[in-house]
Amino acid sequence: MEKAVNNKAITCKNLSKQFGDFKAVDQITLDVNQGEIFGFLGANGAGKTTAMRILCGLSYPTSGEATVAGFNVYNQQEKIKANIGYMSQKFSLYETLTVMENIEFYGGVYGLSRSEIKVRSERMVGTLGLTNEKKKLVGELPLGWKQKLAFSVAIFHRPKIVFLDEPTGGVDPVTRRQFWDLIYEAAADGITVFVTTHYMDEAEYCNRISVMVDGRMEALDTPANLQKEFNTNSMDGVFLQLARRAKRS
Amino acid sequence: MKQLLAFIRKEFYHVFRDKRTLLILFGLPVVQIALFGFALSSEVKNIGIAVFDHAHDVTSQQIIQRVRTSSYFEVKDPVINYDEIEERFKEGSIKCALIFPPNFAEDLGRSGRAQVQIITDASDPNTATIVVNYLGAILASYQHQLNPTIQIPYQIIPQVRQLYNEEQNGSLNFIPGVIALIFMIVSTALTSVSVVREKETGTMEILLVSPFKPIMVLVAKTVPYLVLSIINLIIILLLSVFLLGVEIRGSLILLFAESILFIITCLSLGLLISNNTNSQKTAMLISMMGMMLPTLLLTGFMFPLENMPWIFQAVSHILPSRYYYIIIKAVMLKGLGFSYVWKETLILAGMAVFLLTVALKKFKTTL
Repeated sequence: MEKAVNNKAITCKNLSKQFGDFKAVDQITLDVNQGEIFGFLGANGAGKTTAMRILCGLSYPTSGEATVAGFNVYNQQEKIKANIGYMSQKFSLYETLTVMENIEFYGGVYGLSRSEIKVRSERMVGTLGLTNEKKKLVGELPLGWKQKLAFSVAIFHRPKIVFLDEPTGGVDPVTRRQFWDLIYEAAADGITVFVTTHYMDEAEYCNRISVMVDGRMEALDTPANLQKEFNTNSMDGVFLQLARRAKRS
Repeated sequence: MKQLLAFIRKEFYHVFRDKRTLLILFGLPVVQIALFGFALSSEVKNIGIAVFDHAHDVTSQQIIQRVRTSSYFEVKDPVINYDEIEERFKEGSIKCALIFPPNFAEDLGRSGRAQVQIITDASDPNTATIVVNYLGAILASYQHQLNPTIQIPYQIIPQVRQLYNEEQNGSLNFIPGVIALIFMIVSTALTSVSVVREKETGTMEILLVSPFKPIMVLVAKTVPYLVLSIINLIIILLLSVFLLGVEIRGSLILLFAESILFIITCLSLGLLISNNTNSQKTAMLISMMGMMLPTLLLTGFMFPLENMPWIFQAVSHILPSRYYYIIIKAVMLKGLGFSYVWKETLILAGMAVFLLTVALKKFKTTL
């Protein structure tokens, strides 16, 4: 395996993605430290998804530099994919497969051995309190449990970084809180968490956040510093002030 | 490889847990074979016929008796005027009327010539033609009985042999068609739906972010349906042989090899459809309406292609099923070898390669 060139989990320098005349991502620069929980905020259409797709190795940037887990987004996409986990806003487990079958499938896709899958999955359903449900179809579980399971599956292969694209959409506040407990646990284990969200209370759970407006990176700091900088006492305030700068809707 | 196996296992879970898929997969072939084998027969029996007999003589009665004893006709109550004939045609109780003029026997005896009128309901032209032929045959055989000794000085006697299907088994013609149809449905429709489902549920995103190669996603999606289609082929062949009495004359290996080629063509088509659609409903609709109907109508097993306007004939040339139908008919029913079907095989292989290439290219760009 090639050595990572630095100890940052993610680095971006002047990263841009252009579709014709449209600058979806415009010269963003950021660093994410290992084990950090990094909030990636922005209104719909601000370019979050495009940026995230580049970082996940799904599309190429037009210009600029970026590394993920030390690997270059231009020519080491395969290595990036092997080192990251991903969970999307859409529920992403198979409803007609049981809990165990889902785990086995994703474990298999990431090339884990059968014995490894067996050991890890037993421990995982135990931690989640799903031992009695492991033979149940995922479709029969309540949404909150599904989301927690989806997150656990996303980090099942122990990636260096996990990308969460609005992971708590449509989930009640209690479950959201529990979900964030899982995120903290993952971060404590050294997994870097890169999360997009629309919930401003969640933004405050992050170590640092960035806010994208019209493809540009308009702010990047700890939640406390940002509130100071924008002279407000809530993340909502920060976000609204930034979002007003948007020209494109 | 291990990754691929995990994926394929998952695909089989999907198939075996979804009752709808299972029904299409294994119910459909059985229903189709039963339908085409027993319900849809081009043979016409028990045709309602009304007799209007002005003559009431021995000759007319003898002819009517012959019609009565034929299993093709069911002689209804005699009619007494022309209006009634039309009335009965309208209500559909008869498909045919046979009218004897007065003095039928006398004319026949005196001048050696007598006329009889046949009226048929030609709103169904095929049945009408068959009816006329049946009645003509009955009249001819009666004539022959009247003058058994008379020798016409010059005679041309046709010696007919119906090759490849001497006993006129109607099943022979449609079995190859049904096989083509079922592959079209199973391979094309189910494959396209199974890929699009992953897009709908959002699992495709996860797969693309994983180190699993996109090409392998397509392989994993197609392998189960290839296997299931081959099982289907075996089921259909068993049903044809043991239920419908069809004899497979050609090489089984060639039959399976050609079928696998056709299945691959259908699978590629399914992948192509799935790459261009985002909902299961659309995928289903396109593969059902766009593929199944043309296969049914323009492959040649229900309606002869030769009689169609040139535009339909032209369209039929781009249908993979047309070539598969020709191949499988030649191999299965005529027992011909590869040297007789290499041209069709080549065309089919060309289509498979083309469709697969386009499908793969398209899949790349949707990343």
